[in-house]
Amino acid sequence: MTEIPEHLRKRAEEARAKAAAKKDEGAPPAEAPAASGDDAASSEAASKIPAHLLERAKAARSKAAGATAGAESAGTGVAATSGGGTAVATAGPPVAAGPGGHTQRLLTVVKSGSIQDVKASPQDKVHVWPHLLSVEFVAALLCLAFTFVFSIFVNAPLLELADINKTPNPSKAPWYFLGLQELLAFFHPMVAGVLLPGIGLAGLAMAPYIDRNPSQKPEDRKFAIALFTIFMMSCAVLTIIGSFFRGPGQLFVFPWTEGLFFEL
Amino acid sequence: MAKTMQNKGSDKLNELTDKVQSSQAWNSIFRPGSIFRKGYTDSPRNRSYVIMNSVLYHLHPVKVKRHAVKVSYTLCLGGLSFFLFILLTVTGIFLMFFYRPTAAQAWNDIYHLQTSVTFGLLVRNMHRWAAHLMVLSVFLHMARVFYHGAYKPPREFNWVIGIVLLLLTLLLSFTGYLLPWDQLALWAVTVGTNMMGYTPVFGNQVRFVLLGGSEIGTDTLLRWYVLHVLMLPFVIVIFMAIHFWRVRKDGGISGPL
Repeated sequence: MTEIPEHLRKRAEEARAKAAAKKDEGAPPAEAPAASGDDAASSEAASKIPAHLLERAKAARSKAAGATAGAESAGTGVAATSGGGTAVATAGPPVAAGPGGHTQRLLTVVKSGSIQDVKASPQDKVHVWPHLLSVEFVAALLCLAFTFVFSIFVNAPLLELADINKTPNPSKAPWYFLGLQELLAFFHPMVAGVLLPGIGLAGLAMAPYIDRNPSQKPEDRKFAIALFTIFMMSCAVLTIIGSFFRGPGQLFVFPWTEGLFFEL
Repeated sequence: MAKTMQNKGSDKLNELTDKVQSSQAWNSIFRPGSIFRKGYTDSPRNRSYVIMNSVLYHLHPVKVKRHAVKVSYTLCLGGLSFFLFILLTVTGIFLMFFYRPTAAQAWNDIYHLQTSVTFGLLVRNMHRWAAHLMVLSVFLHMARVFYHGAYKPPREFNWVIGIVLLLLTLLLSFTGYLLPWDQLALWAVTVGTNMMGYTPVFGNQVRFVLLGGSEIGTDTLLRWYVLHVLMLPFVIVIFMAIHFWRVRKDGGISGPL
């Protein structure tokens, strides 16, 4: 992940906006004419290359011309300089210069996207300290405070000593298994206690491999969301019935008439 | 007069803070970038060091996506599950000092803990309620992750680890349920393990191994105690480490939607 520091990103954005504004209000700057070899002097004047460098280049050019001429007259058959300035100077260092005295030319601009696979785009990020740590700290404190205060006012149950010969009626599993215990009323224990929870857990674990839909947007995932909601709701309803609506002999009761048969 | 005294006092305090913060002991404890080190200023560099140079770097990157710090996105449920696990470990260690896992002593120990140990009742309450809360928050965390589609590639395997963590949480809660050795514990576990016995092929064998016999007794208590305080926490910590590590390796939390 490439991360561009936020202040740099902002600065770049500002600069870009400023440049765009300038371009809009001012007339587009006159494009430098593609100078031909003839009016080199005028383009020299227009170019921003310091005068002393231009002088030096001119001197070198005339010297090179002389040298080439000499070489040609000697009949050594050296490649001559081409008019455009992309000279292959055989004698001495490459001195040929283009219009304006430039010693190199821009041949082409290759955009980075065509030769590099840029995967990361700048993301809006924040420092974990203090932005995330403070949130986590407050959440932990609130959770601790809630547990603490709740524990002051509500005691954990401690019934009488366990007695294997005295079966309470009803006998209930811990609340998170009461949905399964409720299923016992409808199915054989092997189905209710093993098969269905096994299928449920396996289905949950394999959900990412079954659900091949790549979208995370709720509007694209109506079926998955509906299915999961049905699953969660049936778990909740079964657990609530098993917790509050089952009395002695696992018979159906209303908690507001028969009372609660539920311990946490 | 009082003002000069106060100024003098705060000067003295500053001097003392300065001295303590520049001592070798202090600097050996708080690494560069710690907010307690001398000259900590709130700068992007120091904000990075706070995480990068501390143990927190194992849990957090230096920066996260802006939407990831919004409480409305995660509801803090995963973090709270982890916090409740820590709370349960701390209160659980306290309870272990006063508890012996035998049928003859367990119930009496709990009763004694509640009636004559300072804060015993409070800590036991906190342990129990935090355990129920943890089961709840793990469930809700799973629902949150599903509704955000956060189990999709590249996070598929972390979802599977999450399901394992859910199962381990339920097992931890269930093994703890037996330990008070009262009627509630005994019969809840009887109902639960009877269901387990219906597993085809090896159901009775699994039940026998878990109970340490064909019915619940003092051997069961010892086994479930060891599972509850040692083995399952050990396993769940390993899976939690992988879970948190994968969250970061898979590109942080999912979203925004």
